[in-house]
Amino acid sequence: MSRYLRPAARLAASARVQAIRPSVASPFLSRPAAVSSLQKRTYANASGVKDYTVRDALNEALAEELEANDKVFVLGEEVAQYNGAYKVTKGLLDRFGEKRIIDTPITESGFCGLAVGAALSGLHPVCEFMTFNFAMQAIDQIVNSAAKTLYMSGGIQPCNITFRGPNGFASGVGAQHSQDYSAWYGSIPGLKVVSPWSAEDAKGLLKAAIRDPNPVVFLENELMYGQTFPMSEAAQKDDFVIPFGKAKIERAGKDLTIVSLSRCVGQSLVAAENLKKKYGVEVEVINLRSVKPLDIETIIKSVKKTHRLLAVESGFPAYGVSAEILALTMEYGFDYLDAPAQRVTGADVPTPYAAGLEDMSFPNEGVIERFAAKMLRL
Amino acid sequence: MFSRAARLTRVAPIRAVAPRAPVSSIVARRTVTTNAASAQGPSSVPESEDEPFQITLSDESFETYELDPPPYTLDVTKKELKQMYHDMVSIRQLEMAADRLYKEKKIRGFCHLSTGQEAVAVGIEHAIEKTDDVITSYRCHGFAYMRGATVRSVIGELLGRREGIAYGKGGSMHMFTKGFYGGNGIVGAQVPVGAGLAFAQKYTGGKKASVILYGDGASNQGQVFEAFNMAKLWKLPALFGCENNKYGMGTSAARSSALTDYYKRGQYIPGLKVNGMDVLAVKAAVQYGKQWTVEDNGPMVLEYVTYRYGGHSMSDPGTTYRTREEIQRMRSTNDPIAGLKQHILDWGVAKEEELKAIDKEARNHVNEEVALAEAMPHPEATPRILFEDIYVKGSEPQFIRGRTLDENFYF
Repeated sequence: MSRYLRPAARLAASARVQAIRPSVASPFLSRPAAVSSLQKRTYANASGVKDYTVRDALNEALAEELEANDKVFVLGEEVAQYNGAYKVTKGLLDRFGEKRIIDTPITESGFCGLAVGAALSGLHPVCEFMTFNFAMQAIDQIVNSAAKTLYMSGGIQPCNITFRGPNGFASGVGAQHSQDYSAWYGSIPGLKVVSPWSAEDAKGLLKAAIRDPNPVVFLENELMYGQTFPMSEAAQKDDFVIPFGKAKIERAGKDLTIVSLSRCVGQSLVAAENLKKKYGVEVEVINLRSVKPLDIETIIKSVKKTHRLLAVESGFPAYGVSAEILALTMEYGFDYLDAPAQRVTGADVPTPYAAGLEDMSFPNEGVIERFAAKMLRL
Repeated sequence: MFSRAARLTRVAPIRAVAPRAPVSSIVARRTVTTNAASAQGPSSVPESEDEPFQITLSDESFETYELDPPPYTLDVTKKELKQMYHDMVSIRQLEMAADRLYKEKKIRGFCHLSTGQEAVAVGIEHAIEKTDDVITSYRCHGFAYMRGATVRSVIGELLGRREGIAYGKGGSMHMFTKGFYGGNGIVGAQVPVGAGLAFAQKYTGGKKASVILYGDGASNQGQVFEAFNMAKLWKLPALFGCENNKYGMGTSAARSSALTDYYKRGQYIPGLKVNGMDVLAVKAAVQYGKQWTVEDNGPMVLEYVTYRYGGHSMSDPGTTYRTREEIQRMRSTNDPIAGLKQHILDWGVAKEEELKAIDKEARNHVNEEVALAEAMPHPEATPRILFEDIYVKGSEPQFIRGRTLDENFYF
């Protein structure tokens, strides 16, 4: 077995982070207690829990980070006067003024490059793409100018920037507006890539992204913006951050591990609930949260328990996030598997417009449930 | 000596000329000279090394677009002229050393030399402060040197050594130092990044400017125009500058650009074309541009008319798309170093022997530095060195994947 599951290396690594970045470290230290209460996600006994939409959580994260650090500013198309194409930046212009909330022309390559330049110069830009589909115009700046500069400079030129915006499948918007870029950015050394599902994910990961001294790609999902989640009291505070590279077990189980990210986490949880109701099986659902670095340790620990793995994501199937998860599971956990690891992904097709066809192109609760049942021979 | 007002009348007609009037356009249309020794000196120079005296640039040093021309006079000192000479000679020696090391197969991959273009890097640096920012393309050795990099760190980088300027991780095209943001390998991508440097200068306040360089080849990239638009819109202190060395790789300006007046390509941004073979003209132009842009007048598009003696990169002999005679003519009659040398001698700034001593000193210095660079250790071929600086220290993931699982590196 590889060195990976040796605890010593991990302890050393986390101690180092704490030592060097104390401001981020304090919430990390209190994390075990906070997370265990979060993971229950129950209203009954948790006092001070409030409902947040993902949109509100993102907005609050931005506002808190803008408040905390003058170097942080938000730029992108329609982020200021229009209040954000998806209203994520609502109210920020009024609160922080036009110096720090900046409407750009429709010129992704240009404003992305400009934001990267500002980051190289020491500012902490939050570069919003109206959707990540448009960031393809700017991907050279993200990959070549942001991700590689620290390494190319021998470590002397950092680039603290956050690229964010909705990614992946949205409803009825056709092929050019429906692509998932997790795998694209996840394959680039020098980038960190995270993708939130819940409101707490959204807030804690976005704040961590803005504070992280590296370029971070923050992949949201349009269909999640309006969804409501309970937000614990700890997560409502302005020092709440979620560390990167750590997946979250959203539902514990012993019969099958579903690894998922972003919107598919919710779908997987519904499927898991239905599987329990129909067949009495316990499915463990892991919310990746972080695409790069990927928390293979949590996945393998779960596989050791369940002996079966299903990866669920909405990207194109070939060379994707699921492909990576399956490969890693085979590399690290082959001996623990009782059956081949499997995946549910988007279909290998440009997204069609017609509803019936679109429905066939992406994972949904039914597909996940049926496929999981098949894997479990139910 | 001509007054600035007198110049105005000469320059203004350039943009007023209607294209249908060929006769007047021949009269008014004057391209800037690339004569490197066209300035006029005073009848006598001061004794003191530091006492300023005034020189007058050739009236063919600039062309302007929607802009009053810079003053044609420039205050210089003997010390500064000799420093400029020293700097240009050092860059020439640095590039020649790189050329030699490349041919000895000690330098790998790409290597783009700026021989012939020295006046641009030197003139710019003498016009700005260390607190200003510079960003350029892959032809970056001279700029890195002028921004404060040592010869040994530049050569060390070319040799891929641990003590190279980027610790052997960047190579010829990627050099960074304080106030210098590379060294960028994607043609034109540094232009919006440079606009971002100017954005940060405006955001944090202070009278600083960003000098953003790109070639005539890069000037056709869409993102250059995107950067122009935002810089003008937000009045950024950005001095865009096209280093027009006549060829983007092997494609001449006229074969790549529908409008070869690169200084006019800002459209709504004032432009200034400058004799890029004359270090004094470059200094005068950039000094003027910086003052203009830090006074909140927004960006400017400069065009440095220059010439590259060598090929595009070391693998290009540089002779299939231009004649040997053209190269020879530029070298023998328009060389920036020879031009400044002539001024220094003509104006009595220094004697031939003193310049020869500078030549020798620069050559010896470069040789010494090359020897030191060659003695530098290679980076240890260990995972610790390979995987360092992908992420900021202390913020790395738990591990980075190697070629195989057992080559994974744990922080």
